[in-house]
Order: sequence, then C-alpha cells, then structure tokens
Amino acid sequence: MPEKPLQAPRTPVSAGEGDLVERARAGDMEAFAELVRRYERRIYRMARQITQNDEDAEDVLQESFLKAFEHLDSFQGQSKFYTWVTRIAVNESLMKLRKRKSDRTVSLDENIETDEEPIVREIAVWDDTPESKYSQEELREILERAIDSLKPIFRTVFILRDVEEMSTEETAEVLGLSVAAVKSRLLRARLQLRERLTRVFKRKGDGIFGYAK
Amino acid sequence: MPSSMITCKDFLRELSDYLDDATDPALRAELERHISECPNCWVICDTTRKTIQVYKGMDLHPLPEKVHEKLMAALAERAARKAEKNGPPAGEPQR
Repeated sequence: MPEKPLQAPRTPVSAGEGDLVERARAGDMEAFAELVRRYERRIYRMARQITQNDEDAEDVLQESFLKAFEHLDSFQGQSKFYTWVTRIAVNESLMKLRKRKSDRTVSLDENIETDEEPIVREIAVWDDTPESKYSQEELREILERAIDSLKPIFRTVFILRDVEEMSTEETAEVLGLSVAAVKSRLLRARLQLRERLTRVFKRKGDGIFGYAK
Repeated sequence: MPSSMITCKDFLRELSDYLDDATDPALRAELERHISECPNCWVICDTTRKTIQVYKGMDLHPLPEKVHEKLMAALAERAARKAEKNGPPAGEPQR
C-alpha cells in the first residue's frame, strides 16, 4: 500500500477506505466484502435499535449493502462510505418503522422544539461503578431497554452521536437535519436516558436531593 | 443562592455542548461556576456524563453469525447476477 499520510481521520477504522471503494467499483468483490465486514456490525446495531425488531434489522442490513453495491457508481466519495451506507440504512430503518406502525412520531422532521421542555425529575448520584454490579448481559439489557423507550427521533440521534460516535455534522448529514436540530434532539435524548438510568443506577440509601424547578 | 448569572434552566440548555466540550471558554467558565454552586445541576451533569460513557464501547445488539452469513450469501448472489448481465465474468463468483 502506498505510503500516504492519513489526514487526521475521525475514525481510524476508515483508513484505506477510499482504496477499498475504488477497488470495489472496479469489480473487486473481495474489496466490497471487506467494506461490509468493517461496517456490518455498526449498521446492524443501528438498524436494530431504530426498528426495535430483529427481522427488520436483518432486512435493513441486507437491503442497505445491496443498494450500496448496486449504486456504488453513484457514490461520489465526498462523504465517507460509512456515512453514505449509514444514510441508506437510516432511511430503510425508518421506512420499516413506518410500515409497521402508523406512528406519527417516526418523522425526523417533526417540529419538536415546542413539544416539551427537557425533563429532569430524578436527581440522585449513581453508584460509583454501576457497571460492576451487573453482568455484561444484564447491563446490555438495561441499556437497550432504556434506548427502546425513546421516541424514534431522539433514539436515532442518540445512536448516531453517542453510540456510533459520529460527529454532530455527520449526524446532521446522515439525517438531513440542521446541526441545531441534531443538538436539540441529542440533549433531550441524553436527558431522557439519564432519567431512566438513574432509576436503575442510583445509590441506594441516599436521600434524593430536592430539585427546585 | 448561586452567585453566577447562569440559571439552572440555562445550564440544562447548554449541558450537551458543555459535555461535548463545544462551548466557548467564557461560557464554559460560567457553567463551571454554576455547577460548583448548584448541587442539583452538578448531579445532573455528572449522571448525564455517566449515561453517555456507559453507552460508549457497549456492544449493543451484537450481529448474529447467521445474519452475517446470509448477508454475504445475498451479496455473492447479487454479484453473480451482475457479472452475468455484464458479459464474461472477471472471475468465478463465489456462492
């Protein structure tokens, strides 16, 4: 591989991605398979969290990579391949959600700014290391259940920003939202999760601070 | 009574940016002063930070091996079909 200085990649995992995309475009199936192996876990996890359904997540994963494969020629390379596939997968996931529920909360564009003030009810310090009290499996279940309880608009933003660790700008690009909209949704998502996790992780025996609203 | 100009409501509004280190230094100093004087906001800030941390690095919904295999099979099939359409194959597509 040619010695090319990496230009401060946001995620080291994207090193060599452009090369793989080029080769895949030229018909190298192994290069495309490598791209799939790199990102399939993240795409599946995201799809599963948005759709909340194993079967839908499996479909989304497959459809997203098949679409990417079919339309590789139209991928401009201005954004990262991962961002591009994520965008496809988010759209597929939301379509699944809409099909399954005629849920008006599925729209990402919905104006939630006037919806409600961020809620803070539970104010209590957590156990020092809540993680050590639970097995990995139990902890995973607690965290997944908390995310599942969020509305799709909040869930999706939180997953991209805090689970997949995309930047605010990338998240905005993937979701077709403004940076301000991403930020306001992220704040609400974080506070709602904090609220739910506090109920589980708060230090027992502590008096709860009163909170003057 | 906190002496800074920042109210709890202001603090909540800026919390995300504060945790992401995306506030300008002057505002950051104000926010820090607020949490040093307001126990409730300190707790909210601390537990929100822990909320974010606990999700990082957690392998939620791990990809089942079967799902991976099905995806690879579907791709191989699509690649084979594409190769057929495009004339003589560049190599034997694996099934």
